[in-house]
Amino acid sequence: MATKASRAAARMMIAPSVILLLAWMIVPLSLTIYFSFLRYNLITPTGNPFVGWENYYWFVTDPSFQAAMLNTLMLVGGVLLITVAGGIMFALLLDRPMFGQGIIRIMVIAPFFVMPTVSALVWKNMFMNPVNGMFGQIATSLGFQPIDFMGQIPLLSIILIVSWMWLPFATLILFTAMQSLDQEQLEAAEMDGAGSFSRFVFIVLPHLARAITVVILIQTIFHLSIFAEILVTTNGGPGTASTNLTYLIYVSSLLQFDVGLGSAGGVIAIILANIVAIFLMRMIGKNLDA
Amino acid sequence: MGQIQLNHVSKSFGSVEVIRPLDLSIEDGEFVVFVGPSGCGKSTLLRLIAGLEDVTDGEIMIDGKDATGIVPAKRGLAMVFQSYALYPHMSVRKNIAFPLRMAGLDKAEQDRRVNDAARVLNLTDYLDRRPGQLSGGQRQRVAIGRAIVREPAAFLFDEPLSNLDAALRVGMRLEISELHKRLATTMIYVTHDQVEAMTMADKIVVLQAGVIEQVGSPLELYRRPRNIFVAGFIGSPKMNLIGGPEADRHKAVTIGIRPEHIEISEEAGAWEGTVGVSEHLGSDTFFHIQTAVANGPITVRAQGELGLQYGQTVYLSPRAEHLHRFDSKGLRIQ
Ligand SMILES: Nc1ncnc2c1ncn2[C@@H]1O[C@H](COP(=O)(O)OP(=O)(O)O)[C@@H](O)[C@H]1O
Ligand SMILES: [Mg+2]
Repeated sequence: MATKASRAAARMMIAPSVILLLAWMIVPLSLTIYFSFLRYNLITPTGNPFVGWENYYWFVTDPSFQAAMLNTLMLVGGVLLITVAGGIMFALLLDRPMFGQGIIRIMVIAPFFVMPTVSALVWKNMFMNPVNGMFGQIATSLGFQPIDFMGQIPLLSIILIVSWMWLPFATLILFTAMQSLDQEQLEAAEMDGAGSFSRFVFIVLPHLARAITVVILIQTIFHLSIFAEILVTTNGGPGTASTNLTYLIYVSSLLQFDVGLGSAGGVIAIILANIVAIFLMRMIGKNLDA
Repeated sequence: MGQIQLNHVSKSFGSVEVIRPLDLSIEDGEFVVFVGPSGCGKSTLLRLIAGLEDVTDGEIMIDGKDATGIVPAKRGLAMVFQSYALYPHMSVRKNIAFPLRMAGLDKAEQDRRVNDAARVLNLTDYLDRRPGQLSGGQRQRVAIGRAIVREPAAFLFDEPLSNLDAALRVGMRLEISELHKRLATTMIYVTHDQVEAMTMADKIVVLQAGVIEQVGSPLELYRRPRNIFVAGFIGSPKMNLIGGPEADRHKAVTIGIRPEHIEISEEAGAWEGTVGVSEHLGSDTFFHIQTAVANGPITVRAQGELGLQYGQTVYLSPRAEHLHRFDSKGLRIQ
């Protein structure tokens, strides 16, 4: 019911929360933008003069910036690839009637409830450590050279850890979508001569398209700001091999004590995230219309 | 060709036997209706024939060949589902062409067949729409279109009209009958509505609790119901069933008389009663009459208006030649 009166009432009702959210966002945002134009280094307390775009210039021309951008992209892309593909697979499996269904479903969801630092540490020390970790032990007992995950393939290791944490989310959303698929459609396709692969491609995937876009959108926004997992495992290293944008900002402002530089990085990250968000919103909007 | 033979087919879900072992033969070109109350196993039986469920026991022959273990797509049957089961993300054209595409037909042949089907079903103007943009009746036609392009040996319909409003249902009923006359292909049609069964079928199969109660033409079922269940299920309004002393008089445990086979008179007749509710349809009037012979009211169908008042005393006379007699097991006494 969208009468004039009800619309006005609706606006009044949501106004407090909108104003609160706006303030919540505007204050830190303006402060960040303000700092990004100052020379503001905690080690050289010589006043905070206005320096224009200088911070931006140094942040962008820093060689670690390029590495961080690339790493961010690979991290987001890699995790999305694994979680979406894995999520679809799990959803297909969970959709089948099987023994112990309830328990299996809970177990699949469980990793999502472990906090990022804990699961990253568990992976780092109990699985991926070349000496004590399970993978290392298995490799050694089979006579292979164990892989030093955090040293040799730091970014891939982080991708694996984050994927493990986010697979449940993708699975949950895709599984719910899968359950809303009309079984008669699958049966109709079966009668129409579609084999199981054709049924997946022509019926299941299009049905899941909307859920997949939702998963991609939400995960992208979260994965752009992955931090804890990097901090407790590789510290962004070796070198900048596993430094993403968020971690680079942390390094600038809290390890190099350059608040101005960090803020400039923050503003760049905000702009990038918004570009991605607009892009994804468009995509999702198109999908939701259909 | 579309000759289907069920030999001793049964189906259980777990320990529940939904279809008891049954035999049934369906001739080529026949319009067969499975009718019965909801939950009696009609859909299950249809799905067994389609191959969407595996039989627990028995065999299914299609055109003389054993089809029991064959996958649905290879049985040469097309099915129209109750929910239509259209593919929502495909246009009407793509929906109808889907089985042809799966069969690997070339594009030109696909287009030709889709256009033919669309013309027959009055869908030509809607070919580029999505199913979501169509009315119920149009969706129904798309589902039928998707079935006919395959040129199947037989069509299977599972309550195809139950989601349509009453007026549309009558229209689609005629269209499907018309389609059957034109294609002369075997059709198996499931419904819980005995009116649909009576008006469309060449042969009706009455089911109850997974058992075939009777197989026959609509008129056979109407004239000579094999048992009380069929007697009560076929015909509208329902046949009046009377037990007690009145049935004894006719040497039966239960007697049945259809509402249209009772004479009603204000002066004299076999059973005295008082007029209850009357339903006026214009062409006919249904009277519900309380009598001493039956527990509930007896329904009487009279032509036109009789001008009887509520509470008035009337006399009913069943026509002897239309009286049905049933024994203690509910079976018809010849
Ligand atoms: N997949 C199934 N699992 C267990 N029971 C089922 C299944 N399908 C149908 N049934 C049961 O079989 C009976 C007949 O169902 P159905 O053939 O759908 O009836 P109808 O179509 O005549 O209404 C019902 O009691 C139903 O609960
Ligand atoms: Mg049914």
